[in-house]
Amino acid sequence: MSTKPIIISASPHVHSDRTSKKLMYDVVIALIPAFLVSLYVFGIGALIVTAVAVISCILFEYLIQKYLLKATVTINDGSALLTGILLAFNLPSNLPIWMIIVGSLVAIGVAKMSFGGLGFNIFNPALVGRVFLLISFPVQMTMWPTALENQTKIADAVTGATPLGIIKEGLQFGETMTDLSYKIPTNLDMFLGFTGGSLGEMSIIALLIGGLYLIYKKVITWHIPVTMLFTMAVITGIFWMINPEQYANPLIHLLSGGAILGAFFMATDLVTSPMTKKGMVIFAFSIGLITVVIRLFGAYPEGVSFAIIIMNAFVPLINKYFKPRRFGSKIKSKII
Amino acid sequence: MLKTFPKGGIHPPENKITASKPIKRLDPPKVVYVPISQHIGIPSKIIVERKEKVTIGQIIAKSGGYVSSNIHSPVAGTVTKLDKIFDSSGYKKQCIVIRTDLKDQSNFELIDSPLKTDIQLSKKDILQHITDYGIVGLGGATFPSHVKLNIKKDKHIDCLIINGVECEPYLTADHRLMLEKAEEILVGIEILMFALHIDKAIIGIENNKKNAIANFKELTKNNDKIQVAALKIKYPQGSEKQLVRALLKREVPKNGLPLDVGVIVHNVGTIFAIYEAVQYNKPLTERVVTVTGKTIKDPSNFWVKIGTPVIDLINEVGGLPEDTRKILNGGPMMGKAIKNTDVPVAKGTSGILVISKEEAERKKCTNCIRCNECVFVCPMGLEPYLLMNLTEKKMYETALNEDITTCIECGSCSYVCPSHRPLLDYIRFGKSIIKTLEIAKDKK
Repeated sequence: MSTKPIIISASPHVHSDRTSKKLMYDVVIALIPAFLVSLYVFGIGALIVTAVAVISCILFEYLIQKYLLKATVTINDGSALLTGILLAFNLPSNLPIWMIIVGSLVAIGVAKMSFGGLGFNIFNPALVGRVFLLISFPVQMTMWPTALENQTKIADAVTGATPLGIIKEGLQFGETMTDLSYKIPTNLDMFLGFTGGSLGEMSIIALLIGGLYLIYKKVITWHIPVTMLFTMAVITGIFWMINPEQYANPLIHLLSGGAILGAFFMATDLVTSPMTKKGMVIFAFSIGLITVVIRLFGAYPEGVSFAIIIMNAFVPLINKYFKPRRFGSKIKSKII
Repeated sequence: MLKTFPKGGIHPPENKITASKPIKRLDPPKVVYVPISQHIGIPSKIIVERKEKVTIGQIIAKSGGYVSSNIHSPVAGTVTKLDKIFDSSGYKKQCIVIRTDLKDQSNFELIDSPLKTDIQLSKKDILQHITDYGIVGLGGATFPSHVKLNIKKDKHIDCLIINGVECEPYLTADHRLMLEKAEEILVGIEILMFALHIDKAIIGIENNKKNAIANFKELTKNNDKIQVAALKIKYPQGSEKQLVRALLKREVPKNGLPLDVGVIVHNVGTIFAIYEAVQYNKPLTERVVTVTGKTIKDPSNFWVKIGTPVIDLINEVGGLPEDTRKILNGGPMMGKAIKNTDVPVAKGTSGILVISKEEAERKKCTNCIRCNECVFVCPMGLEPYLLMNLTEKKMYETALNEDITTCIECGSCSYVCPSHRPLLDYIRFGKSIIKTLEIAKDKK
């Protein structure tokens, strides 16, 4: 008989090399292209906002876990880092630093830790932080530095509205889409990211590269982004066909207002999205629908954040009613 | 397109390092420890006494009921003890200890008999042989074969499936058997088809055993009753329900058996055992075992007598490496960790796998991040994360409604979980509690 210590455990005895940490860092890697474009377009401001958000998110998580909950500190699991980056991506690059810190506290403290930490939060923490700031400080949160003019400026940046903001305001004052098309950036500029907007939401090409990386690495599946963007395209397309002078075309809707960032990085957040493919499709369809309703008929020009948060609340319900089909539950069996 | 089952499944590294090693015969072990509960069902009843002399193939424990099986002596020798020793379940179980008589020539006779193709027994006698000679499912479940073959009149069976999938990593016992005993296996299939009035059989083999597939295809060229199907590699395809779905697109109903969709499934090893029992009156006293592991010097496939202690096999392959921390009876996905190296090989032992320090320890479990991987890979369409939560919260009734009992314990969920959560551990626990509660309810 062997005298060496032997481990007795139940099967399985092997494990894939995927870890939660790796998943988190894969998302961080996927966000790098968009961050680089942002650095180029907004300059030093982008770096400061991101650094402040990341540091304060990690710090708040550390303080809460260590002193408030007196629990194990898990700040190196990558989730707080990711929340920080995603929060920064949803903020203007000239936002006052103290507001970023407040946003981080809300994201980590309220939206994540008060629910029980990683995995237990109902709402996407970064979005909660963003929406809190948007409602509390609407002026600062909607003053976006214009693209390519403020690389070295921190304060006193030249600011302007986002394309969707311009359209919303213009339409309210009776302008037509033809008039407005001269005031908004070209589709190509929006695709590349040379437009005003939140720090990380503008460069569609960079976000798509990151999104495809996530799908390739199997961190996310195509279900949420494709369903959400397709829904938005179809609904805005219908309105646009009815009256192209009053409604922007679907391409503008997809290229602006954080639709791509939301579809690939925010709605797909593992913790706050449904557990089944069926559920994901329902979830993403609803996000697309709510986004369009807010954009076309609501008070805000952009609706992705609100739509995702609203649908986050329905995820437990979706999980309850959209279950995977159990093997063998089909009664009629085909006998050849 | 190769066939496979549509929902779930994983691709663990195959590590079939012994695939090209012919099955070696070993000298009989000095002592054998034959457990009396090597099959699912009622333990067999010991019918020998201490100091009694036994011959090879003599019945030493009689079937204890309908779902039970005879056990035969794997060696000629003397019963030295009736003792309780640890078996692969982790509990001490009753064993018959026999010291091999090394002077008895019958212990050394070659057992490879020539191929015998003509079936002389009647249908009734075939089934009687399978009952008498202690044949149980050798794929791992060890369900007594005669029970599986005793089909009620109202069931119509139209297809026999031969399970040569061997989806479990590392193991190559079935693979080698299919290469070395292909013709015998085909006769075994003919025997079953004759006994059960079935005129269609499919041999399902995963595509990582191309030589076995080619070999069978060549041998069945002129036989339109036996088909050979190559399957896409995916774990757990060797599970009966998944295999039936993959080959015939028939879904075994929840809590049902392949019988319910007109199919009978047997492992290739079982078919070979049936062949030997029917054609040569040979009881099931030996089987093919793969002894393997990344740190093992000379991993090999062996013909092993039932009751051989694991240490004998490990010594044959170069001894137990220094850094061994876990020894498995079976493969890495469904195998059982054994307590010590004295545990004997039983009818259901398809492999002995030695795992070194680096791979033996589980990683720290962290919070569930609801990534839905476990839901995605579950071949039964269950929600492992939910079942674990419900078990943790002792909500067994809800877990039952969420079909916890249909879990086949393949371990795919625990394998993929990026947070290293012990999903299957909890599901197993929940299942056992529910079983106990149901038995208690029945008693009332």
